[in-house]
Amino acid sequence: MKSLSFYIHNLYQNQQWLDFILYLGLGLILTLSLMSVVALVLVYAERKIAAHFQCRLGPMRVGWHGTLQTVADALKLLLKEDLIPKAADRFLFALAPFLTVMAALLSLSVLPFSLSATLSNMNIGLLFLSAISGYGVLGILIGGWASNNKWSLLGAMRAGAQLISYELSMTLSLLSIVVLSGSLNLNEIIASQAQGWWIWRAHLVGFISFVIYIISSTAETNRTPFDMAEGESELTAGFHTEYSGMRFAFFFLSEYVNLFIVSAIGSILFLGGWMPLHIGEWESFNALMDFVPGPIWFLLKTGALIFLSMWFRWTFPRLRVDQLMRFEWKFLLPLGLINLFLSSIIALGGFYFFP
Amino acid sequence: MVTLNDRISCHTPNQDGTTTQEYFINMGPQHPSTHGVLRLILKMDGETVNDIIPVLGYIHRGIEKKAEAVGYRQQVHLTDRLDYLCALMNNWAVSAAIEKALNLEVNDRIQTVRTIIAELQRIQSHQLWWGVFGMDLGAFTPFLYGFRDREKITEIFEKTMGARLTMNYFQPGGMMYDIHPDFVKDIKEFIKYFRPILKEYEDLFSGNIIVQERLKNVGIIDAQTALAYGATGPVLRASGMPLDLRKMQPYGAYSKVNFTVPVGTVGDSWDRYQVRIQEMYQSLLIIEQLIDNIPDGPHMTMKYAAKIKPPAGRYYTQMETARGIFGTFFVSDGNDRPYRMHFRTPNFNNLWSILKMAPGGRVADLVAILSSIDLVVPDMDR
Repeated sequence: MKSLSFYIHNLYQNQQWLDFILYLGLGLILTLSLMSVVALVLVYAERKIAAHFQCRLGPMRVGWHGTLQTVADALKLLLKEDLIPKAADRFLFALAPFLTVMAALLSLSVLPFSLSATLSNMNIGLLFLSAISGYGVLGILIGGWASNNKWSLLGAMRAGAQLISYELSMTLSLLSIVVLSGSLNLNEIIASQAQGWWIWRAHLVGFISFVIYIISSTAETNRTPFDMAEGESELTAGFHTEYSGMRFAFFFLSEYVNLFIVSAIGSILFLGGWMPLHIGEWESFNALMDFVPGPIWFLLKTGALIFLSMWFRWTFPRLRVDQLMRFEWKFLLPLGLINLFLSSIIALGGFYFFP
Repeated sequence: MVTLNDRISCHTPNQDGTTTQEYFINMGPQHPSTHGVLRLILKMDGETVNDIIPVLGYIHRGIEKKAEAVGYRQQVHLTDRLDYLCALMNNWAVSAAIEKALNLEVNDRIQTVRTIIAELQRIQSHQLWWGVFGMDLGAFTPFLYGFRDREKITEIFEKTMGARLTMNYFQPGGMMYDIHPDFVKDIKEFIKYFRPILKEYEDLFSGNIIVQERLKNVGIIDAQTALAYGATGPVLRASGMPLDLRKMQPYGAYSKVNFTVPVGTVGDSWDRYQVRIQEMYQSLLIIEQLIDNIPDGPHMTMKYAAKIKPPAGRYYTQMETARGIFGTFFVSDGNDRPYRMHFRTPNFNNLWSILKMAPGGRVADLVAILSSIDLVVPDMDR
């Protein structure tokens, strides 16, 4: 993207507004298409993975091995009647799905796919990401409230309490990486892992904050064992009980895009993002790894984390609300604080491996 | 007249000075966790369930009234539609009641085959319960595992009976057909297949810390209260009361086999879970003892088309199904149709124990409790 923008810049040197508009337009189109592709691929992947965990085949009929199933489902949702319950708050009801999708879209725009393929290389990238992920809960809260359904409201309240609590642990685990790498810029955080990824470079601290991050990001994306907000067997469908058609599809889409985003952040912070895998003095091995382009590395690492999350979902049952909150406030949060303290010591002393 | 709203206590002050208001919420008749059309009106304070009002009748089909209009042989077909997961055990209970009225002794072959099939069905019913239990706790995978293994038993049944859910197999005086030639071989294969799978069930689900957190000390009921509410089966046995008709009043071939009755100690959801899992092991044991020596003999001791006319009187027979005691009571006036037919179904009586179990817990606890009681709604409404 950056090289493209330079090219356009040179072409119209005196017309910076055109440069700006073109960059913005292209960026928007690319992010939007990325979003829909991510959702399509992940929905299909989840259905297939779940099926094979459960000794069945999953979608097989539409297209080769059911590859077009999600497209067909999306079409069906598009064509469905747009229902708004009579007693619902019409404006807020319509607004909620857009807020959720917007949060997902904004987060996508700062992810570095490689050194050059970054739509917006912000110097406060990580801060921006955690701010936006806190904003995503707004859509869920508003949606549950506006539906005027007691089950939806219960789901929304659960989601509100849960997301805000787990945001704390997530931020703490992100902070310890910020302390270690000394930057909020995502590309610089990746560059700081040239000698080794943070998951093992910073002794146990990196690993603990990786575990905290995985747990709290599962809670952030509302997936089992933390799917309180939907809680299918308890709240029928939680906050989106009353939603149907395209509005429901927006919630569904943002759920999967969020899954992609949290996994991407995980791979950027802990697994080196687009950085290829290097092992010490193995020169030829390292050279071979360098041959694989950055975006492929990034997607591979993200995919591994997404698979981990799906594995959780299809193995664990759901926690209860009070157990969930107890786990966060009495265990995860103190652990995160201690971990942050330790990581500051390590960063100050430069005790990490491969300094 | 007292309406629902009069039962709400408004604006209860809490410890921290805030006030909350209770509200009513409908769980069912269309709700994924009530497994059918059970409706529960919950009085809640936030997420805490304070009171429950079960509302029945959404699948009332008047089966007891219908029974007065059909002959004795046709009663069997009606009992299939009560607890459809224990169809064969219900068939057996009503057949046994009629046999008792006719003073008819059935031969050993019939008794043995009936016992084997009843135990198979107990396993089948518990498999389905295990799967659904997992799903109610939020894990989807056990559901499909349970159904995968249930299918094996369904196939054994299908070979012999030609039906998969409502079998109409046991008749007054015997069985409708003789067993399939593959019957013994299939069951032996199934036992060999299922024992390790049952271990896997426990590894996947019972060993999970989340499952234990969700079930232990949730929905406690003591034996006295459970008895007072008329609960039977695993619900009562989990409270420590070893009431099992297979042991106490042995029928069929149960007096010939060795088995233990698993009982719980606390009476919580976890005990009910464990009791059912252990019952599956015991059922496998019972089948293993019987399968090798099924006696020879005819599979029917009556003429098929004969009209059944029990002597006038009142007759009651009860049996232990997968969910508890299923009783058949009928009044005969000497005609070919009963004067009155009544079924004492286990689910109807088990349901009321939630009035003691659920209040004070969360909605999620209520779902776990409902699932641990293992309700079949058509059996309640009849």
